[in-house]
Amino acid sequence: MKQFSGPVILLAILIAFPWAVQDSYYQHLMILVLMWIAIGSGWNLISGYTGQVLFGAAAFFGTGAYTAALLLNKLDISAWWGLPLGGVAAVILALPFGWISFRLRGPYFALVTLALSEIMRHIATIWESLTEGMVGILVMQTWVSKLPYYYIALALAVLSIVIVDVAVRSRLGYYFVSIREDQDAAESMGINTLYYRMVSLSLAALLIGLAGGLYTNYMGFIDPKVVFSLHDVSIMAILVGIVGGVSTVYGPAVGAFIMVLVQELIRTGGFGFLAWFTKTTGWPFMTTVTKYVSEAHVLSFGLLVVLVILYLPNGVVGDWLCVKKTILFRKRETA
Amino acid sequence: MNKIILIQLLVSGLLMGGVYALISIGLTLIFGVMRIVNFAHGEFLMIAMFACFWIVQLTGLSPYLAVPFVVLLLFLFGALTYILIIRRTIGSPMVVQIFATVGLGLFMQNAALVLWSGDYRTIQSPAASAVLRFSGIQVNYSLLIAFLVAIAITLLLFGFMAWTYFGRAIRATVQDRTAAQLMGINAGTIKVITMGIGSGLVAAAGTLLLPIYYLFPDIGGPFTQKAFVITILGGLGSTVGAILGGVTLGLAEAFGSAYIGMEFEGLIGLVIFVLVLLFLPGGFKRLTKV
Repeated sequence: MKQFSGPVILLAILIAFPWAVQDSYYQHLMILVLMWIAIGSGWNLISGYTGQVLFGAAAFFGTGAYTAALLLNKLDISAWWGLPLGGVAAVILALPFGWISFRLRGPYFALVTLALSEIMRHIATIWESLTEGMVGILVMQTWVSKLPYYYIALALAVLSIVIVDVAVRSRLGYYFVSIREDQDAAESMGINTLYYRMVSLSLAALLIGLAGGLYTNYMGFIDPKVVFSLHDVSIMAILVGIVGGVSTVYGPAVGAFIMVLVQELIRTGGFGFLAWFTKTTGWPFMTTVTKYVSEAHVLSFGLLVVLVILYLPNGVVGDWLCVKKTILFRKRETA
Repeated sequence: MNKIILIQLLVSGLLMGGVYALISIGLTLIFGVMRIVNFAHGEFLMIAMFACFWIVQLTGLSPYLAVPFVVLLLFLFGALTYILIIRRTIGSPMVVQIFATVGLGLFMQNAALVLWSGDYRTIQSPAASAVLRFSGIQVNYSLLIAFLVAIAITLLLFGFMAWTYFGRAIRATVQDRTAAQLMGINAGTIKVITMGIGSGLVAAAGTLLLPIYYLFPDIGGPFTQKAFVITILGGLGSTVGAILGGVTLGLAEAFGSAYIGMEFEGLIGLVIFVLVLLFLPGGFKRLTKV
């Protein structure tokens, strides 16, 4: 039972969180974290465990988001049906795509997934009669309170962690890893690598598509630039995966938390700390610093990517021992 | 009338393709030697355009005279990028290699945004807007110059690759890294030089494009994608393939936007990209054996 105690405590904390923290801003951030856990887990399954780098998570995310929005807009069905159906739609996109493009390997596969998400973005922009093009689609939010969204997002995050955990403990996980380590050897051992790569991609698309459906319902507005975004979705998904730890079940959870936190921290200038610091000290150059920090938030994002890649290639969870050692070492040094 | 339009499209597609080829040769060269796809390639182009922009603004030089300076600057920048970032990722998993340059691209793009704001800039020159006319066909003067200079630079590169020690060493490394090393070629030096040359080539393309395009920090992304399409079309690692691919994409975009619609221009390259990956993996390189 001991191995379950950690996750159970964590889950209890997460369930209690919105009651402890009433501030809707922090609840909003946590909803984003939970949504990114689902996306990051999906990415981790196909790219971390199976080793097929998915550079176009936005293709599935946007498909899920647009499914939800279009159901309401065109068929007048509640956008909440779009949450499960968004996942299904993403899988329907993933199946032919995977079947065709899994003949490619390595960087070629990564590039073709990138092309897929860009093609989807172009289609969503051009096909105005269906998607309203750049104008975007507005969906009325169902609840004013954040609580229902929080628990739905939590359910989604738990579902994605469970799916990844179950998948990688079963035969499936061993097949995935064997494909990552050596696809030809796996094939010669009698593993149908195409089939299992398709399974992995479909599961990933399902989780990412579900998150897309949730996004539409929660944010209430989507347009092609937001949901098919290369930077804000595809790259963020990979960052969540890498920062947390590739091929670890809880890596994406840690990664999602860190990335959303870092993004907010930089965007708001340390949660207003810099603004406060400027006010109290009254140094004029701090005003300039504050201005640049908020302008440069994506800049520091890029820097962070490079640093993590160079110094923590296995992510926080994967390189945990190394991180711990460094922190402990520093402490001893200063003491 | 139709014939004239056809020739017009052929000419403008060909001219644009020449510049595209110059952009992609850099990418393909870097891949050939290092087996790394530079996802920041378009951002190198953007930085080169900004460097040229400021040289022109501050000194009043013609953008074409600024080419050598910008090329030198980006050569050093590329070499530095290799030493500081890419060298450390060689031998790492693919995700790491991809993300080192993706992160670099993000960084450069936003550094440009912070330093020079998101305004659209352009250099004013009478030549930039001048148009040559031959019996109904119009040719943009600066595009023509860009095409000619691009050809000249490409020929220079081929001369360098054919007759100098470093050029031969680079070709040897592309063909067989281990054998090249066994022959006493210093792999580290070759990689630094290749990264520098690749960056220098894209810098040249950037300065040539400056009189034609508006300049803003996000301009790199579409060019990175175009360079990918072209190198995949030509075969990753093949310089001759990159030229063929560049011309093909230039023509496809010209004809596509004329006959299908302007808004499909971005889509055309991507569709070609997917089709080539699926039906001609390896690109033109497989057909020509160059």
